[in-house]
Formats: sequence, C-alpha cells, structure tokens
Amino acid sequence: MALSYKNPEFLIERDYDKCINCRVCERQCANEAHYYDEDLDKMMAIDKNCVNCHRCVTLCPTDALRIRKYPLEFKENYNWTGEMINNIYKQAETGGVLLTGMGNPTKKKIYWDHLLLNASQVTNPSIDPLREPMELKTFLGRKPERLEFDQEGNITNLPPQIELETPIMFSAMSFGSISLNACKSLARAASEMGIMYNTGEGGLHQELYQYGANTIVQVASGRFGVHQEYLDAGAAIEIKIGQGAKPGIGGHLPGEKVGEEVSRTRMIPKGTDALSPAPHHDIYSIEDLRQLIYALKEATDYEKPVSVKISAVHNVAAIASGIATAGADIIAIDGYRGGTGAAPTMIRDNVGIPIELALAAVDSRLREEGLRNQVSLVIGGSIRNSADIVKAIALGADAVYIGSAALIALGCHMCQKCYTGKCNWGIATQRPDLVKRLNPEIGTERLKNLIRGWSHEIKEMLGGMGINAIESLRGNRLMLRGIDLNEKELEILGIKHAGE
Amino acid sequence: MAVIDARGIYYRDLNKQVKELVDAGERKVVLNNINGQRYLGDGLKGPARLVINGTPGNDLAAFASDIEITVNGNGQDGIGNTMNDGKIVVHGDAGDIIGYAMRGGKIYIKGRVGYRVGIHMKGYRDKQPTIIIGGSAGDFLGEYMAGGRLILLGLGLEESEPVVGNHVGVGMHGGVIYIRGEVKPYQVGLEVKVFEANEDDKRELRNLLSDYCQEFGYDLEEVMNAQFSKLIPVSSRPYGNLYAY
Repeated sequence: MALSYKNPEFLIERDYDKCINCRVCERQCANEAHYYDEDLDKMMAIDKNCVNCHRCVTLCPTDALRIRKYPLEFKENYNWTGEMINNIYKQAETGGVLLTGMGNPTKKKIYWDHLLLNASQVTNPSIDPLREPMELKTFLGRKPERLEFDQEGNITNLPPQIELETPIMFSAMSFGSISLNACKSLARAASEMGIMYNTGEGGLHQELYQYGANTIVQVASGRFGVHQEYLDAGAAIEIKIGQGAKPGIGGHLPGEKVGEEVSRTRMIPKGTDALSPAPHHDIYSIEDLRQLIYALKEATDYEKPVSVKISAVHNVAAIASGIATAGADIIAIDGYRGGTGAAPTMIRDNVGIPIELALAAVDSRLREEGLRNQVSLVIGGSIRNSADIVKAIALGADAVYIGSAALIALGCHMCQKCYTGKCNWGIATQRPDLVKRLNPEIGTERLKNLIRGWSHEIKEMLGGMGINAIESLRGNRLMLRGIDLNEKELEILGIKHAGE
Repeated sequence: MAVIDARGIYYRDLNKQVKELVDAGERKVVLNNINGQRYLGDGLKGPARLVINGTPGNDLAAFASDIEITVNGNGQDGIGNTMNDGKIVVHGDAGDIIGYAMRGGKIYIKGRVGYRVGIHMKGYRDKQPTIIIGGSAGDFLGEYMAGGRLILLGLGLEESEPVVGNHVGVGMHGGVIYIRGEVKPYQVGLEVKVFEANEDDKRELRNLLSDYCQEFGYDLEEVMNAQFSKLIPVSSRPYGNLYAY
C-alpha cells in the first residue's frame, strides 16, 4: 500500500523526568502505541496507534503520560473539517464503509438539557426521602382494564409482569460484543439490585443461567443462541427489531470477537462474522410481528411478558401503536444517540430521531388510542444521569434502559473503538488477556453503586416535587418546563415553556 | 396414543390440550382435521410424536426440541423456526422460511418449498441441522447460512421447471448446500462456490438421504444416480473487508 495520508488523532506526551521505563504502558496497550527502544533506553510512542482510551494514563505509576488531541490544524474551513477530510482519506485507501463504536457524538440538540423539573414551594410540601418512604418500584407488562379478584382477594386477571426495584435496566449488550466478565458484572448487579439486564443477541452463556430471574432474553434477526431453555431462562423476552445507533440495518459482529465461547453460544464457526440481517425474514408486517410475539408466548405458556424493541424513527408513534395492537406487553424505544459495539458512521450520525421527541409522541399517541395501559414503555439512547431518567418518566416512560452509562461505570472511556476487539478495559473484547482486566466482582459493585446513587437522586427529585411514588410522576408532564425550545418542539413534547 | 379432532378448535386451546397430554406422559398424539392452526408443537417438550392430518398453520414446531412430527398434508410458512432438535416430515409442499435459524434436527419436505428456506441455519461441531427438500425451492435458499446441511433434490418437477430460484446462499459463511443437478452461476450468491460433489460428498449424501427416501418411499439408488452440485462458502468472513477502520 502506498503512503497513508491519515493523520494521528492523538499525541502521546511522556514526561521523561517521571518515566521510569517500567513498560506498564507498553503491556497495557493492545493498540501497541508504546514501545521500549533499547538503543535509546527510552519508552517511545507511536501516536497514530493511540485511541485515547486512557488505559496507560490511568495505570502509569509515575503520572508520566498525557494524551492530547493531535495538534495538527487543517486550514480553517467550516465545511471541510479535519474529521471529514480524514474520513475521505480512510475510504480512499480502503474502499470500505466507515465504521465506529458507541453512540452518536455529533452536535445536535440534546432535548434532556432543554427540560427543567419542578419543585414544591409553600403550596405543597416537599418530601425528604431520607426520612420518609419513597416508592420507586415499577412493574412492566400489560395492565388489565379492570382488576378481578378471587375469594381470598388475589388478583386473577393480571398478565405477566416484571418487577423492578427502581425503573432502570441494563440495555441489550450481547456476549460477543462485550466480554463474559462484562456480562457477569451486569447480570450480578441486576440480580442484586432487583432490576433486569438484557442478553442482546448473543445467547446466554452457561454461567449466566443462574441470573435468569433478572434477565431479559433477546430474540433478534440472527436468532443467535435462541432455544427453548434460553426462552425459559429469562424473566421476559424481547424481540429486537431495531437499535437506535443503527436503525434499519443489521449487525456484523466482527470475526475477531468470535472466539471459542462465542462460537459455542451462537452456534456459528469460530472466527466468522456473526451476521444479523436488517429485517427478521419472518417479519414483513405488523401481522407477522404478531406471529412471532405469539410464537414466543406459546413457547413459554404465556408466562412471560414479550417486549418489542425498535429504534426511534420518523413514524415511531404509528409503529408503536401497531406493536401495541400486535400483542406486545412492552415497547422499548431506542433513540439516535444510543450506543453500539459497531455501526456504520453515516447511519449512526444521520438516521433516526431524538428519544425525547419519540417518547413524547409515542406516549401521546398510545393515550389517544386508549392503548397506553396495554403496554409498558421503556426508553433508552441516551440516558446519561438520573435527571434524564426523571424527565423520561415525566414524559411518559415506565422505565429506562442504560447501556453506555453502565459500560462507563465498568471503566469504558468512550474511545469508540469497540469494533476492533482490542478494548483495553476488558469490556468490548474477547481477548483473554484483556478480558481478565475487568474483575466481575468489582464491576458488579461499581454498577450497583451507580444504580444506588441514581435511585437516591431520583428520590430526591421526586421528593422535591412533593411526590412520593414514581407512579405519580409517570406521564406527569406538568412537572416539566421547556427552555430555549420553539413552539413546535413544545407541542411535540407536550409541555409548557419555562415561565408559563 | 391420543387422538384429537381439531376441527374448529382455536390454536391456543388446541396447543394447550396437546401440551397437557404430552406433559402427562402421552408419547403420541394424532391430530385430525387440522386446518391452519398455528404454532403446533411450539415449545413442546418431548420426547413426543405428533401426527398431523390436514394442513397446519404457520410456525409449526417453532423452537421445538426432541419431538417428531409427521404432516399428512401440506405445510405453511415457518416450519421448524429456530428448531433445536427433533424431526419433521411433511408429505406435501411447504411455504417460506422453513427452518429459519435451525440449530439441530431434521426437516424433510416431500414436495416444493417457497422463499428463504434454511436461512441462518446454525451448526456447532457435531450438532448440525439437516433440511431435505424433494421438489424445488424459491429464491434465497440458504441465505446467511452458518452451519448445517441443506439438500435440494428436484424430484418430480415439470419439464423446464427450475430446481431453485436465484440468490442461493447469499451471505453464506458456513455449512453446505447440495443440489441434485446443475446450478447456473447467476443463481448463486457471490459468497458461494459451486463444486461437483465428489465421492466423499456422495457418501455423506447417501447417509443423509437413506432415511429421507425411506420416509417417502423413494428409491435411494435412483435419487443418488445423478450429478450433485455442492455449494460451500468462499470465506467464513464474507464481509470481512467491508469496513474502513
């Protein structure tokens, strides 16, 4: 290959007064950005290999390392940015599709940041969650029009529900896209916190069956690892139609990440790409979707709620209405900032709509059609903190999925290189030497801490509004005001502007 | 043996009845007057045998494990959807997406099948699913195939009727497809290479076909006495070079 025109993205700066040539950075970097030069007796760097994952910086015992944005300026041009130019170099050299990892990072309006929450002053008292009971418990599943009871007072007509101690779940991330240690951390944290994690489309590794009561098992277009025992193992089943990071397309788990264990769990040859096509080829209509929903219900004796996950796209409200009538018990909607292990950059950055608008539109539509009680609404992509959750629930969500935030809790530094399989933090990799860097005991604790911290913050915000149960916030858009939003945006969100 | 007259029974009630029988230890259930009821044998935990007289509806034996089903009639779409194990024998034609993401077991169809049959078939070591089709198949046979064996025989076709449609094995990255007769290069996906079956392949075919021929009363020697095309993936990573890193 001729000379590459690609420029390094990052610059590795080493303070030689501090560096002790211990070579930790070299051992820690799967991208081989550091090496020891014997002749010079010095640690050296190859800047173009650096992905800015901070692993070397965090582990350097003498704080000798700094990573900076590569200080190479292109001639100023609002249109032709350095990123655009480098992308063209990449494609001119390979003829390939631009690939990336994690969620859409582009500068588009984040609606969460334009929503403000209410608080009580004088006219009704706020509540202190440290001293008064506060209810975050959430049930997901179809709710009947009216309850029926037997002689003993037990409800007799309640369809299957999943019970969450707090309205947060870990979103679908497959064994394959992430490591077994990452899966174990999510599964254990979910089971200890009384919430759910989601298998994604990777099947269920034998070691994870024990967490079944806190598992949502996913059925996607490739049907990897789907069989009766798998369906029986989960508390709920999710049909994945789409994902926020790549609406309308399928997925290719690169062969680098298909080792022996992934090969066994998915039943595909080792080293092959795991191909999930864009559509389920047995679903070309709402009627076909109904067929798969009921095939799964039949297979599990109507004992588990069935969720259908779609990405937030232009007609999301009409689609959600169709899904509700098709018999889904839960609709999960993933916004365009949702994360992923790998997505074509053009799709990730240009397809789909913000989850805030999609959620408001879907909740309104289901209410108008009298369908809202028939389904629970779960949203994700992207929830960054507990305030986003409170706003989501006020807009109409029953619970949220968190993916990127959970991985960040495990040590992800958002370098967006998940698809290379060289994750230095042991998360998005199957290389045994890297996987073992993530200790599932510690990972579990970190995730539990995040859920605990966020749940407490949610209680604080609820208490401030004078509300003592999350149920009273659900769809309570009067608790929201918009800031710096136009009339149309306020109309879609169904909220007033601050000051009104 | 239990016999159920299924005339006019809603699928949900019928499946419940069958499940209860099998759970109670019944090993053979005969279903008469089946007319489009869906999901028969879906999630049924065997060992058990179902004899279906009539035309079952979509998703027959979805997610099935360890059950044997004989259909005396035609089948519809989605037979053996994500099937794990067991054996399904259809004494007639069948529709689209037969054996979608099948993981193990056998599906034998006596006549013709529709589109996208055997797509996404899986396989791991000695657990390899098998689909054998006596007649012809539509487009996208064995699309995205990752394992297992698909055999298409083209028996009893009309003069000049093609044995298979187009796009055979597109995206294929594992497993093998055998087609009795010739396949034109334009019919197969870019990810597939076509060979003439050699002696080793013929031995495997004979092995797989003897049970099939017995089920339907075909003469194994006559079936074997033809040229077979063998389709295998060019690469285990058909889209490995698709991306710019």
